[in-house]
Amino acid sequence: MFRNTYDSDNVVFSPQGRLHQVEYASEAVKQGSAVVGLRSKTHSILLALKRSLGELAAYQQKMHRIDDHVGIAIAGLTSDARVLSNFMRQQAMGSRMQFNRPIPVNRLVSSIADKAQVNTQEYGRRPYGVGFLVIGQDKNGPHLYEFSPSGNSYEYYAMSIGARSQSAKTYLEKHYESFVDCTLEDLIRHGLHALRETLQQDKELTINNTTIGIVGPVGAHENQLLAEGSFRILEGEPIQVYLNTMQPKRAPEEPVVPAQTDNVGEEEGPTHGATADEDVQMGE
Amino acid sequence: MPDGSYERPQQRQFNPYSENGGTILAIAGADFSVIAGDTRQSEGYSIQTRYAPKVFRLTERAVLAVNGFAADGNMFVKKVKQRLEWYRHAHAKDMPLRAIARLIQTMLYAQRFFPYYVYNILGGIEEDGTPSHVSHTALVRAHARAHAHARALTHSASALGTGAVYSFDPVGSYEREACRAAGAAQSLVQPFLDNQIYFKNQTPAPGTNHPTHLPLPDVLSIVIDSFTSATERHIEVGDGLEIYVVLAKGRSTQELASIGGLQELSTRAEGDRMFVIRRDLKKD
Repeated sequence: MFRNTYDSDNVVFSPQGRLHQVEYASEAVKQGSAVVGLRSKTHSILLALKRSLGELAAYQQKMHRIDDHVGIAIAGLTSDARVLSNFMRQQAMGSRMQFNRPIPVNRLVSSIADKAQVNTQEYGRRPYGVGFLVIGQDKNGPHLYEFSPSGNSYEYYAMSIGARSQSAKTYLEKHYESFVDCTLEDLIRHGLHALRETLQQDKELTINNTTIGIVGPVGAHENQLLAEGSFRILEGEPIQVYLNTMQPKRAPEEPVVPAQTDNVGEEEGPTHGATADEDVQMGE
Repeated sequence: MPDGSYERPQQRQFNPYSENGGTILAIAGADFSVIAGDTRQSEGYSIQTRYAPKVFRLTERAVLAVNGFAADGNMFVKKVKQRLEWYRHAHAKDMPLRAIARLIQTMLYAQRFFPYYVYNILGGIEEDGTPSHVSHTALVRAHARAHAHARALTHSASALGTGAVYSFDPVGSYEREACRAAGAAQSLVQPFLDNQIYFKNQTPAPGTNHPTHLPLPDVLSIVIDSFTSATERHIEVGDGLEIYVVLAKGRSTQELASIGGLQELSTRAEGDRMFVIRRDLKKD
């Protein structure tokens, strides 16, 4: 109701106890194209849908390597993502230099969470407009974390962020109990199915618009002898073999109704039409 | 004075550097490079350790040997590796060898007024399609004959995957050469190399020419003989020898098959290959 009076500064609470600027920052994440993350006992993987500005343009990069054992996928403002991923790389390298061991993944995620929180409390600074799914491996096995502009980070068995991610979450909720014992190939197949749920009616996953990030031992279709399952990004021709394992698409289910009240809405309304997929320049 | 008398004023000062002995050596072949160093670390007449590596792998095809003040050497290698990691993050590929050489120059010169007390030798395989310009001494030798073997030298525009060696002084002056020795026994080893690699002060038999590039087994013998001889006559050289061999992509590994105790460091059979050969040296 009185949203406009309490949403100019990030240091002002609303009467309901909310920080609207931080919530608006989360909207930027929801504008980005979908990203899915899931893990098994041995692997953590990320799958991302790349968006392109048009036929002549290249597809936006959605995944970044942070260190041998950590990788991220982004949704939201790519410029903010670049700054934060550079910071993560500095933290990872600095930790290796100081302590002679790879940085624990939870420590790395906490470091960007703390950094993002500062921007929600200092006057004049805007929150980061990007969310991450972070996968990594340490002595406790594979991990998956979500990072959001609010400064919250949480570990998950499976998660999705970005446009129409609720559809992916529904798929993940239905199947997540089987992920623990999946092979890498089955895990990727689940991830692709989840990612497919976020597509619009006439679109499909191709080798050009899909990226897969993996951390964990080398899979059956990978012919590179990597150093003990380092984080790697698969794009283009190498992922065709995984796309082929997908089950054919069933008849489209009912569209998911957006839950939150203050949202712009994950589904594009009838007024947006074809322009919904063409993003703001900053976003992706 | 130490005996308690007072002949002249005295001053104590902290000396930030110390000499840790040892010797390093690198030789470039047509399609391979060999980079070696002994493993003894000493200070004065004492041995600090019999095994302290001085030769380090930087990338799939680059090796850096450091000699002088061990603390500076070890730290310098760590910093170079960090810069290479940033390059990998930005460009998704390894830094080419000649770029690493230039990077080392700028890193060393940045400390012009408190130098790294290190003599660096960088060796490895240069990227495809580069003209192989070599130092003046080798040029003179090349022009002395007109032979089919000369194809691998200055006149060819695409010297695919050539062996290269770059040597540096402590403040970054550098040059590409066919071979270089540095360290405690430099004055014993370099003249031997000048004679055996550059064929200085040697005339070929009438009607024949000195070979442009030596085969790998010959180079390895020269390296091992250099170190065993240096060990005989120099107290700071001994204990152990580590030889890194980098082979260009596609080059046969047949010549290494007969060598015992070979360890492979390369991760892919289709790329450039890297091996380590370890041998004992006299411990006295």
